[in-house]
Amino acid sequence: MASNEEILAGLAEIVNEETGLATDAVELDKSFTEDLDIDSISMMTIVVNAEEKFGVRIPDEEVKNLKTVGDAVNFISNAQA
Amino acid sequence: MARKVVITGLGATTPIGGDVPTMWKNALKGVSGAHTLEDEWVAKYDLPVHFAARCSTPALEVLSRVEAKRMDPSTQFGVIAAREAWADSGITEIDHDRLAVAFATGIGGVWTLLDAWDTLKEKGPRRVLPMTVPMLMPNGVAAAVSLDLGARAGAHTPVSACASGTEAVHLGLDLIRSGKADVVVCGGAEAAIHPMPLAAFSSMQALSRRNDDPEHASRPYDRDRDGFVMGEGAGALVLEAEEHAIARGARIYAELAGTSVTADAYHITAPDPEGLGATRALKAAMFDGRIQAEDVVHVNAHATSTPVGDKPEYTALRAALGAHVDNVAVSATKSQMGHLLGASGAVEAVLTVLAVYERQAPLTINLENQDPEIPLDVVTSARTLPAGDIVALSNSFGFGGHNAVIAIRNV
Repeated sequence: MASNEEILAGLAEIVNEETGLATDAVELDKSFTEDLDIDSISMMTIVVNAEEKFGVRIPDEEVKNLKTVGDAVNFISNAQA
Repeated sequence: MARKVVITGLGATTPIGGDVPTMWKNALKGVSGAHTLEDEWVAKYDLPVHFAARCSTPALEVLSRVEAKRMDPSTQFGVIAAREAWADSGITEIDHDRLAVAFATGIGGVWTLLDAWDTLKEKGPRRVLPMTVPMLMPNGVAAAVSLDLGARAGAHTPVSACASGTEAVHLGLDLIRSGKADVVVCGGAEAAIHPMPLAAFSSMQALSRRNDDPEHASRPYDRDRDGFVMGEGAGALVLEAEEHAIARGARIYAELAGTSVTADAYHITAPDPEGLGATRALKAAMFDGRIQAEDVVHVNAHATSTPVGDKPEYTALRAALGAHVDNVAVSATKSQMGHLLGASGAVEAVLTVLAVYERQAPLTINLENQDPEIPLDVVTSARTLPAGDIVALSNSFGFGGHNAVIAIRNV
């Protein structure tokens, strides 16, 4: 079980790997599309990498609800519980 | 009167140089880009061929990691070469609706395709990357170059096996002459040094087996040639309507005087032994460029170093140029960099343009005992091309019976 801080740090690493964005730019209130300029293909790559990293399943129909980094952290945290 | 088309930019990444200046310096010196492959898969699959000619500068030394992640290796090479050609052209302002791309490949994203298949088998469908399709599609490189340069007058992908790169130059000429574009970035890219294509080309007995001596394996016209050497890389040229180039005060390398494409309709892989399709292609390119045999001083030959391929090209050259063929300096540059498949014609176009511009013919290496049935004047040591008006030809032939020829004239 990862803490929310650990999930955020892990997500930031995945986002950095996919997009080159600095890890400290990946903050809870940031929108993936509006703020981080992540397109749908990159988002799917991030989702699949997050599934592997945190041992959770993020259904495709759930991905559109993950608007901000915080949404993703909460979803992963709840899925791990 | 057709629009005159000139060449104003050159780019390349090859086994004998990661950019045009390095490649050209080595092409005049005579070096081999072929080396033993150190990859674990050579032994793992017990491949019959243990060597190839890799690009001398890895793509990741030029592109950023994030940029490269979204491109198949073939597209990485293509984008590197296209950017160099574009920068070399010096174009700073352009009507993007009048800028087209014609960028070829022989095979396309074979690494991406087979990596995705491995991932599916080992990890399941969820792990197959969402970028797989745009990375494996053969038009991926043309699309990436179009996106990179903002080329909106069409992004085309001629695919004709090992004639693809030359066919892209042919298409570029057509796009400008027909008024569909003023500037075309054309070229070819290939990255197929993967165990599957190596196994497949080996199965058809196309590759040299000189495993103990890779540097001497690619030996076009030599009596002891035993197949081609797999290479990789990309070449790119900026073609421009002459009036467009003159209006912006561009440095003009040469004129793309004429081109042609024909098909053998003879056999799916074997060349027509009489070289009839190649002869028609040579004659058509010369007709297209209003070129007489006596104008031709240099040929960059297709010459892959296969036992069956090199001779029909000679037959075709003699048929098209007549007795004058004896006065033509012929370079077989695959002796140095191996066979770049769909990129080879584009890289050889770059070399042919430079040969005309610099009046120097690139070298053919490894010619120790010239096949007596191919009595061409092969350039094996430094050779200056004559002063005055000259024309050079570059030939490419591909599985499927594709023949493509371009003719370059000094300006």
